[in-house]
Amino acid sequence: MPDLLIELFSEEIPARMQPGAREALKKLVTDGLVEAGLTYGHAAAFSTPRRLTLALEGLSAESPTLREERKGPSTGANEKAIEGFLRSTGLTLDQLEVRDDKKGQVYFAVVEKPGRTAPEIVAEVLEKTIRTFPWPKSMRWGSGTLKWVRPLHSILCLLTTEAGAEVVDLEVEGIRSGNTTEGHRFMAPGRFAVTGFDDYVAKLKAAKVVLDSAEREEILWNEAQTLAFARGLELVPDRGLLAEVAGLVEWPVALMGDIAETFLGLPPEVLQTSMKEHQKFFSVKNPKTGRIEGFVTVANRETADHGATILKGNLKVLSARLSDAKFFWEHDLRIVKTEGLEGMGEGLAQVTFHNKLGSQAARIERIEALAQEIAPMVGAQPDLAAEAARVVKSDLRSAMVGEFPELQGLMGSYYAKAAGLPEAVANACKGHYSPLGPSDEVPSEPVTVAVALADKIDTLTGFWAIDEKPTGSKDPFALRRAALGVIRLVLANGLRLDLAKVFATANDKTDAADLLAFFHDRLKVFMKDQNIRHDVIDAVLAMPGNDDLTLVVKRAEALAAFLKTEDGGNLIQGFKRANNILSQAEAKDGVEYSFGADPKFAEGVEETALFAALDAAEAAIGPAMAAEDFGAAMAAMAALRAPIDAFFTAVQINAENEILRRNRLNLLSRIRQICLSVADLTKIEG
Amino acid sequence: MSNPVAPRSFQEIILRLMNYWASKGCAVLQPYDMEVGAGTFHPATTLRSLGSNPWAAAYVQPSRRPTDGRYGENPNRLQHYYQYQVLIKPSPSNLQELYLGSLAAIGIDLDLHDIRFVEDDWESPTLGAWGLGWEVWCDGMEVSQFTYFQQVGGHDCKPVSGELTYGLERLAMYVLGIDHVMQMPFNAPDAPIPLTYGDVFRQTEEEYSRHNFDGANTEMLLRHFEDAEAECERLLSFPAEDPNSGKRILMVHPAYDQCIKASHLFNLLDARGVISVTERQAYIGRVRALAKKCADAFVQTTAGGWTPEAAQ
Repeated sequence: MPDLLIELFSEEIPARMQPGAREALKKLVTDGLVEAGLTYGHAAAFSTPRRLTLALEGLSAESPTLREERKGPSTGANEKAIEGFLRSTGLTLDQLEVRDDKKGQVYFAVVEKPGRTAPEIVAEVLEKTIRTFPWPKSMRWGSGTLKWVRPLHSILCLLTTEAGAEVVDLEVEGIRSGNTTEGHRFMAPGRFAVTGFDDYVAKLKAAKVVLDSAEREEILWNEAQTLAFARGLELVPDRGLLAEVAGLVEWPVALMGDIAETFLGLPPEVLQTSMKEHQKFFSVKNPKTGRIEGFVTVANRETADHGATILKGNLKVLSARLSDAKFFWEHDLRIVKTEGLEGMGEGLAQVTFHNKLGSQAARIERIEALAQEIAPMVGAQPDLAAEAARVVKSDLRSAMVGEFPELQGLMGSYYAKAAGLPEAVANACKGHYSPLGPSDEVPSEPVTVAVALADKIDTLTGFWAIDEKPTGSKDPFALRRAALGVIRLVLANGLRLDLAKVFATANDKTDAADLLAFFHDRLKVFMKDQNIRHDVIDAVLAMPGNDDLTLVVKRAEALAAFLKTEDGGNLIQGFKRANNILSQAEAKDGVEYSFGADPKFAEGVEETALFAALDAAEAAIGPAMAAEDFGAAMAAMAALRAPIDAFFTAVQINAENEILRRNRLNLLSRIRQICLSVADLTKIEG
Repeated sequence: MSNPVAPRSFQEIILRLMNYWASKGCAVLQPYDMEVGAGTFHPATTLRSLGSNPWAAAYVQPSRRPTDGRYGENPNRLQHYYQYQVLIKPSPSNLQELYLGSLAAIGIDLDLHDIRFVEDDWESPTLGAWGLGWEVWCDGMEVSQFTYFQQVGGHDCKPVSGELTYGLERLAMYVLGIDHVMQMPFNAPDAPIPLTYGDVFRQTEEEYSRHNFDGANTEMLLRHFEDAEAECERLLSFPAEDPNSGKRILMVHPAYDQCIKASHLFNLLDARGVISVTERQAYIGRVRALAKKCADAFVQTTAGGWTPEAAQ
């Protein structure tokens, strides 16, 4: 079986697009081949800055012949019908077969679709792949109309068997496929031919190109670590940067340099961010001092001077960058020391947050008021929360955050300390944006929690009030993330907030019920990740107090645990049976059976036992629910399972005697009532 | 690949780039005689990238960014600086190699340095233009912008132009090993009267910094902006046929001059801090509207690929 090698050689492909492009190439080509009737054993895709490569093993040499039979009109049919059949099959009368059918003799058309050879199919699939490739952004070049991520220069397409290699001939906009590629742009320029995948990889390596990005990552990581270790330093891991850098080089060479003494006083995050964002340098830490003291840059080549010139150039650029950072740092510190952190934020009055929601300064005032309200609910001092709220956004006006927006909050905490503000305020600066992602840590310090909640709830109620809610995939103000942030802050800290009330306090123009429903949707998504089913949450949300998320989750967890027990599952069935019979009877009789059953009409031990069990459960569930001891409430409910089952087995509800029937229906009503006092079990599925 | 003799001055680097691109067939043009924010504004790029006619030009363009004024003190930042601009349409398939040749020509030893093409998509909101390409890094420093124009003035570029922009001061400082722009030799250090960049430009940087941040009369600038905008539109509203010559003459370049003017006036107003964040977008939109109208008109001219036959 032949192996297939495809290489699309172009000008430099953006690093961030390479992983997606590898997957797309693999999928489009293999899907296309399979659809055309070929099979293959194994597929692997690779990328360097200048090439996308796909290697397929064990491709079938041709697609199978397909035989299609079609039944036509009977031999006695009129001429028109027969002509129509001939037209639709593309055959002549003498090519048709005549067969016996139930109704007599009938024409049959047997059409053979011959199999096609692999080269034929590959050429077709590859051309289509190139023309429809899903680049996030693509472009035209020269006089052509073809679109690719950057100009496409050559196509290598080779089928290899034991007999040898064969170029799959195709042409896309003047680019003719062949069996050649190019090595490293500087270290090994020029084209060379290859005979198959192994030969390709080996010759590329000889031409200073490491094909596999995972191998490049490994090489540069090992080299970088060795350089750092040799000096008693350690590399700061950064997977994202590693993948990006591996997408920028074909022949990685790590070079290490020192950060000049004059910059070591900068906050480590500033050093790291500046080096990473602008220069794509790895940070190197001194484990003894804990400071970032060096960097590793990755060059795309070896040189005769072992990288000395390259390192010197990089150092120079770094020094210019860090001079800027140092200037920003010192400038900001000067302002904070003379005007305070609040003074730094003065210009926020001129910055519009949203044209319907006023300036950043107006927003900060709202957050301050709200943080003060929330503070007692989260165990924070109201005046401290207010003080923090006044300054947490000030660093948005700092020169450093202007240059590095990703340092917002963090710079605020440095500047708060420099301004002599309390530790809790400094921490709130840093932590009040959290949690950002679903895996981001949740703050627990009361002042930070108060401000973080106030910030997010102000945003949510504000956008709800002006009817700018997320729709479908559109959520330009990241409101889903804000709601999830509130949910995680509440749950992780076990906070007991009446959210509806807080919403109303934050913004009286907000439809608090609608916003709460949005929260409930987010909560379901969040709890699903914690393996709690949405119907369990629904059952709990139907209960009063559903804006107290901690309570909701406590109930849901108890209910979910209960449902996993045997008693739980059976009780639900018992409850549903009771509820169904009762609902049908109520619908039929046009009354509601809720007068309470009288034990004096009980017949037999099962019915008497159920009365006793319901009394006991009721007595236990009420206080347990009041004490929020949901485990005890569930246990009390579980005790109903056996008596309910026994009752249904032994007793006929729809008795002849109308008094008995009504009494039993009222008894079912008690089952329903008691169960519903724990959660709305009608929402439970299955 | 490398040029054995290292250049010694700022002007030598410019001259070598001139010679290099001339040798590669570019028309070596002179700077446009108006204040522009970047070399792209030169009609040799903006307008000539439109339409189907082939084009190849290279030129130095003095450029102004009023907000970047630092009174001549910052080692790298200037409110007036030079860009070297190359535009070739259609973009040749060896444009990257041609570009690398230009680096070798100005004394960058391609065997010792690490040259990288790092993704950087270009967009000019004021020109309604965008393209894909890279910033070119030399040992981690950005030395050029390399762009394949996709749209200019709202028009698809067909064919596509390849555009190269070199930030001359930064590039020259790197090649010459200078840390502060003002210390860079402008002419040969052993010339009878050796001049540094500072000798030529320090005082003007001071003067213009003061002018840009404090001196410029904002009321006048606002008025001139309105005037330039109105004049641009007025010039484009004339009928095609010129009654004097009887020829078909669209006044695209004069109108485009007014667009350039409006753009520079906006930059000055921005530096004076009299444009709020919300207004900013509106001003950019107004300049873009002018650029689009000029582009629309240019493709109706001979240089823009218009032919009487195609018009029928």
